[in-house]
Amino acid sequence: MSTTTAMETHTGTAEHHELSFIRKYIFSTDHKMIAKQFLFGGLMFLALGGALAVMIRWQLGFPGRPLPMPLRILFPDTMAPGGIILPEFYNSLVTMHATFMVFFALMPLMAGVFGNLLIPLQIGAEDMAFPRINMASFWIMPVAGFIMLASFFVEGGAAGAGWTSYAPLSTSGEWTGVYMGQILWLVSLIVLGFSSILGALNYVTTVINMRAPGMTWFRIPLATWSIFITAWLLLLAIPILTGGLLLLLFDQTIGTAFFRPEGSGEPLLWQHIFWFFGHPEVYILILPAMGFVSEVIACRSRKPIFGYHSMVVAMVSIGFLGWVVWGHHMFQSGMNPLLGMTFVVTTVVIAVPSAIKTFNWMGTLWRGNIHFDTPLLHAVAFVALFIIGGLSGIFMASAPVDIYIHDTYFIVAHLHYVLVGGSLFGIFAGITFWYPKMFGRMMNEGLGKVHFALSFLFYNMAFFPMHNLGVQGMMRRIYDPNQYEFLQGLQPLNTFISISIFLFVSTQMIFAFNFLWSLREGKVAGNNPWKSNTLLWTTPSPPPHGNFPEMPTVYRGPYEYSHPDREEDYWPQDEPPATTGSGGETVTTPTPELVPGG
Amino acid sequence: MSDAAVTTMDRKPMPGMMVYNKKLGMWVFLLSEVMFFTSLIGTYVILRFAHPDHWTDPGVVLNVPLTAVNTFLLICSSVTMVKAFASIQQGNQKGLQMWLLATILIGATFVGVQAIEYNALLGEGFGPVLDLYHAVGRGNPHEGPSLGGPLYGATFYAMTGFHGAHVTIGVFCLIFVYIRSLQGAYTQDSLEGVEVIGLYWHFVDLVWILLFTIVYLI
Amino acid sequence: MNFFWRMGLLLAGMLAVVIGLSVITGISWLDLSWVMPDNVVSTFGPTLDNLWLVILWITGIIFVVTEITLLVFMVKYRHKEDRKADYIHGSNKAEVVWTSITFVIVMALAFYTKGIWDEIRDPNLIPADAYPIHMMAKQFEWNATYAGADGQFGTADDFLSLNVLHIPVDRPVVVQLEAEDVIHSFFLPEFRVKQDAVPGMSTLVWFEATRTGEFTLACAELCGLGHYTMGGTVIVHSQADFQDWLAQQQAAAEDD
Ligand code: HEM
Ligand SMILES: [Cu+2]
Ligand SMILES: [Cu+2]
Repeated sequence: MSTTTAMETHTGTAEHHELSFIRKYIFSTDHKMIAKQFLFGGLMFLALGGALAVMIRWQLGFPGRPLPMPLRILFPDTMAPGGIILPEFYNSLVTMHATFMVFFALMPLMAGVFGNLLIPLQIGAEDMAFPRINMASFWIMPVAGFIMLASFFVEGGAAGAGWTSYAPLSTSGEWTGVYMGQILWLVSLIVLGFSSILGALNYVTTVINMRAPGMTWFRIPLATWSIFITAWLLLLAIPILTGGLLLLLFDQTIGTAFFRPEGSGEPLLWQHIFWFFGHPEVYILILPAMGFVSEVIACRSRKPIFGYHSMVVAMVSIGFLGWVVWGHHMFQSGMNPLLGMTFVVTTVVIAVPSAIKTFNWMGTLWRGNIHFDTPLLHAVAFVALFIIGGLSGIFMASAPVDIYIHDTYFIVAHLHYVLVGGSLFGIFAGITFWYPKMFGRMMNEGLGKVHFALSFLFYNMAFFPMHNLGVQGMMRRIYDPNQYEFLQGLQPLNTFISISIFLFVSTQMIFAFNFLWSLREGKVAGNNPWKSNTLLWTTPSPPPHGNFPEMPTVYRGPYEYSHPDREEDYWPQDEPPATTGSGGETVTTPTPELVPGG
Repeated sequence: MSDAAVTTMDRKPMPGMMVYNKKLGMWVFLLSEVMFFTSLIGTYVILRFAHPDHWTDPGVVLNVPLTAVNTFLLICSSVTMVKAFASIQQGNQKGLQMWLLATILIGATFVGVQAIEYNALLGEGFGPVLDLYHAVGRGNPHEGPSLGGPLYGATFYAMTGFHGAHVTIGVFCLIFVYIRSLQGAYTQDSLEGVEVIGLYWHFVDLVWILLFTIVYLI
Repeated sequence: MNFFWRMGLLLAGMLAVVIGLSVITGISWLDLSWVMPDNVVSTFGPTLDNLWLVILWITGIIFVVTEITLLVFMVKYRHKEDRKADYIHGSNKAEVVWTSITFVIVMALAFYTKGIWDEIRDPNLIPADAYPIHMMAKQFEWNATYAGADGQFGTADDFLSLNVLHIPVDRPVVVQLEAEDVIHSFFLPEFRVKQDAVPGMSTLVWFEATRTGEFTLACAELCGLGHYTMGGTVIVHSQADFQDWLAQQQAAAEDD
């Protein structure tokens, strides 16, 4: 690492002084360190969520069979006596798997890591607008995570009412046997909400106020755009959830009746609140990945992004439309059927910007010069899998079809196509692409490709057949499908899926190994290993405190690849337009306007 | 955007919204707060429409005159906050300190009056909890039929309670700013802290006017 | 080895893994069906299955075309040293074309959907002669109440059927769904019926059986630790049998 530390000594606007270990690595206010902290934290929770998934799939793949050996003795009799998972523990498993994945893995890995890493570096700022608020935003996460983890160990076990915590099931331990666990679940998410809000506040302020000269709105790289929009969604959606969680907490603890029918409360009100937050939330979970993928695809196919403006407009309109579709989660809830029809229309409309983005990614690949490296493979996989997730969304958006598939494995297939095939592959694209900037070294390409190919294969083996389970009517969140005669024939398919999941989870070891190994042994990256245009790549890898030796000036959009007048196939955003021609005279190449079709 | 325009530009960051970071951050945070109160107010509206029988006419249970006075107090505290900021804009540190102190005192009084009202209401059986709700109405002897229903109590305490918490936090922040002002931390050119806390304070005031209208008058 | 050989080998390897695991677990991909199972027994069921098929065709075509295009682009425009990518920023025409085509397709689908949704769910379109049954869901059982001879609920000759829903064939049935404790979901897979039973609410759901026999009743909403056991049976009688069954139950109820 000596080369990289040498690069950290620099002169420039940022003052340089030695920080103590604690200030540098633990209570750091440097956005890059906070990004790394979110990265390690998020990956840890991702692993935990994966472990819970393995347990769920063990029960479904091999119902009633004791867990394999090291796991068998790990669990007390209240969870899995003799290694056999109990129904109440199973309910906790599905609840906590979703909770950890959504709130503690995907959200930190997207907004937390890349919001922090990319925004200042891509817009040319020396740090976030509020570094100390940023630090608080990170440190709230482990606190909330600790509370959530603790709930496994209290009497009654962890929350078991699903990640949606529908009232009145979640309002009283009388119905689930879970008292303290549900309370801790609520408290943890209330606490975690502050982390998101503080982070989002920073992202929004930084993007609006701290862009380098020349970084006009339509020269901002799409990754930053996507996180900017995500940050708005976080800011506006999280408080809605917090409000709902607080009211639910009061129902649980002091005995109010907001959502409890025995006091005339309205169970459906909880669903409205939850999904009014929940649908913007699912876009919080995918928009950043869309941004990473845009970045990677343009850079690795050496071609300007197709339809930059329409990409931005599509994301902005997703941001708006996301607020008026929540009822599609409630078609069968007893909500007024006339309202149902309204939500059908809004939901199919939101499919349009998603489609636009997909076509634009394909347009970018078209006539490109595509380098098959790990980030690109993950990015293209994102597109391929997001298509499947989006198309299955159309089935469910059609309310009459949703009658049959609602709350079946079809939904589970859909959400894993968008959240694993989409978000997680997007995260892999992002990590492998920006790893060199974060750590100064490249990840190993060979291992990366193996990890990609196996992940892609096992992922599809695991989740594609879930559509079929849904078509056969298998309900989600069900401990033992064999209780139902009509589901008994599905056992072989369930076993197939479970084994595929085990293989998929095991494959992630390759990623973990590659990640850790490359920290010390990876090829030294240099400033700009991918020959990319954004300001981020003009800094040393990893960038020093303060990022830029002097304030960069931006002359063009971020996707000027393969310009015909240039020898190089890329054109950094901060390279002055005047170049020296062959005869020594100064030649000014005008920057083309970034208009689609222009 | 022609390149010439950019290259001749002074090497400063893009001007953004023409407000400094802290102020912009506070605006953005307040938008987030708007959504928080939206969730509470939305809950109130939906529950009230679904169960009108849980509500009584204004003034039967709640003490409207007392709270009207309290509302007036809070509006006054916004005025004193404006005065505080105006003082420091003119470089008047003494004025800043005085008006901040006035704002703190009025804010604290507001919370105090709210506590007194809560106490009286709870004494009359107007509570948030399903099993204990038995509101007899203002000034009634302790027997008599229960008026309204627990949803009334629950939404009342949720909305006014979370608002009260915001006022309390605001008072503590003001105390912090006040102490800093005694140390002379604010001058004509450095008054961001005062302006930002002022924004928060006005927001809380505004929310109260809305809540007062919805909860007490309608 | 050139590019195509390597890709071919990779694909073959992947296929081998899929086939291998399929053999081990004993599944046959040919038996997996992507259309609604052929077990429908309600009058509107075929309409829904048909809608499924329409959507499957639309999405299926889009799926195949886009994925193949993606694959072709990947192969055709893969990196070559001597080539530079085309310098294209996009095309307004293309944007307008694909936006409007997508928009038209999904809106057409939404309006096609509307007629079907209303037919099934519009409260004003519930057949007037539908036979009424009250269904009370609670942890973890289904209590169906029949009105008895007087046709009135809440009278002495009401009787109860636990976890078995008896209905007549060829006559609409309207079930008034309620729940005692938490939310359950009344799911009749063969009838293509699913409706949540929410405590504090009463929801009407109607359907008409086209065939006699025994079918599944399931709970589709997580409702506690016994959720997975909350199943039951729907028995569709011929109209005459149904009358007999009613009479018999009523006699039994009056004996108590
Ligand atoms: C093309 C656009 C999409 C459409 C039309 C769509 C439609 C739907 C519908 C109708 C449901 C409710 C199904 C039911 O419960 O019966 C649903 C569920 C869900 N969607 Fe999507 N969706 C789309 C994209 C996405 C994206 C991009 C994400 C996330 C990144 C996402 C995540 C989810 C999740 C997590 C659920 C399940 C929630 C739960 O019940 O636990 N969807 N989607
Ligand atoms: Cu949704
Ligand atoms: Cu149930």
